[in-house]
Amino acid sequence: MIINGVTIDATFAEAFPMKGTRAIITAQNEKWAMIAAQAMTGFATSVIACGCEAGIERVLTPDETPDGRPGVAIMIFAMGGKGLAKQLETRAGQCVLTSPTSALFAGIDGGIRIPLGKNLRYFGDGFQTSKVISGKRYWRIPVMDGEFLAEATTGQVDAIGGGNFLVLAQSQPQALAACEAAIEEMRKIPNVIMPFPGGVVRSGSKVGSKYKTLGASTNDAFCPTLKGSTKKTDLSPDIESVMEIVIDGLTKDDIDKAMRVGIQAVCDLGAENGIMRISAGNYGGKLGPFHFHLQEIMA
Amino acid sequence: MSALTFTLKTQPNQRVDMSPLVCHSLEKLEAAEIAALKLHCGKRKLRVDELFTVSGYDAKHIIIKNSFAKLDYIGKELDGGMIHVEGDVGAYCGMGMKKGAIKVFGSAGIYAGCEMKKGQLEIDGNVGDFLGGALAGNKMGMKGGLILVRGNAGDRVGDHLRRGTILIEGNAGDYCGSRMIAGTIAVMGNTGKFLGHGMRRGTILLWNEPKLSASFNDCGSHTLAFLPMLFTSFNELNSPFASNENAFNRVQRYAGDMSEMGYGEILVKI
Repeated sequence: MIINGVTIDATFAEAFPMKGTRAIITAQNEKWAMIAAQAMTGFATSVIACGCEAGIERVLTPDETPDGRPGVAIMIFAMGGKGLAKQLETRAGQCVLTSPTSALFAGIDGGIRIPLGKNLRYFGDGFQTSKVISGKRYWRIPVMDGEFLAEATTGQVDAIGGGNFLVLAQSQPQALAACEAAIEEMRKIPNVIMPFPGGVVRSGSKVGSKYKTLGASTNDAFCPTLKGSTKKTDLSPDIESVMEIVIDGLTKDDIDKAMRVGIQAVCDLGAENGIMRISAGNYGGKLGPFHFHLQEIMA
Repeated sequence: MSALTFTLKTQPNQRVDMSPLVCHSLEKLEAAEIAALKLHCGKRKLRVDELFTVSGYDAKHIIIKNSFAKLDYIGKELDGGMIHVEGDVGAYCGMGMKKGAIKVFGSAGIYAGCEMKKGQLEIDGNVGDFLGGALAGNKMGMKGGLILVRGNAGDRVGDHLRRGTILIEGNAGDYCGSRMIAGTIAVMGNTGKFLGHGMRRGTILLWNEPKLSASFNDCGSHTLAFLPMLFTSFNELNSPFASNENAFNRVQRYAGDMSEMGYGEILVKI
């Protein structure tokens, strides 16, 4: 398949089951909601070493938030429910509770309930109070700037992590420009996050390593400087840079949609802007049961 | 569907225990069985059809017409459905209610909504003492749900209130929120003496400056984030509580009762 001169490989991205949740952070203004959201989703690019994958889903207008203030929706994904709950609570406690004027609300009403402000309330040292409003419990925790309002729980649902595609370009600036265009479009899709810095990862990995202690290592087949030294390079001579976009989402449909608009945005730049191919992280079935076939998505 | 309607024929001299006439009990009964039910009236037991003309058949919606202030225990432990009462009601209306809604197009006596667990009780007129309170000797009042009073309330509103919301458009009497354990009482009118006497936790929300006991301490003026959300939750009500004009988030906060735990609060609009 070729779109605007860009070859879409006959391959699939391999993804794996995760547990996901969403939280809504509000503040006096969008600036401070974003600061809290960025702090809460920091150091959360990959479950390999961060414990979770997290990102900002989108900015919310005051009429979309429970308390009528500007807000930001964030999503967190982890391999299991326990890990997710721990990450959520730790991050909420250290990054949102501490952030001036912030409040924290559930972003998913259904699912299994996991603590959001339920345990953070103990920071109130007995002065915390709860209010049940429209069937939902909120904790009011006295803090030095006033009160930190946090919903007791949020919903944990089954999710998918590791959807991805690779952008293969003639140069590094062209690869990055294409990824930036893709991310801009993908951020408009609900229920997904792209957890890596700016949504783009330049160090895509393969499963396994020659070193026993490592579960993942550099994806040498797509490293342009190894074209002549690795036995299994997947790059033609004209490709000088490869970047990857990783997507975590609540459902396969959500990731499908995000991949479609992302790949389309890259293809819109086309061969004339140095974009040669779109490929995907295919690990031969070793990584996970969810397969996103690029050509089916773009059909 | 035609609502199951009980129209009072004549007003008996003695008080009537209306507790058998609740939706979840009558749903299983035929019209003849409903007519034959016995209601305590003073020391006598009267058949339903001796007191009321019964019409309609949808037991999920009960209407009581020509009601007056001696019909006690209307909607006692109601477990779903709706009861409309045209006229006044006696004591213990909605006592221990578990689910559903009761609307009284008149006034209610003492202990309305006492120890109710969930659901909604609306009273168009005034109510007596111990609204949403605990029965004498009990330690826990209303545990959930919402009570809306469009008129004035008597003394001891929300006595031992455990959870839930009591909204009063008019005035509340003395000892409003006494011995509150938690929950919310909002009074748009004035409040009497000994407001929040012995309250442990919970919120009393006021539109007018109260007379406060010495055991309440001023915590200053604050903008509280939960208040807009609380007011938003009243939006569905047919009441001034649903109006944006009456909503606020800036309050003077008084903590108390300091002779008790002192974790309760009286919030006064500023």
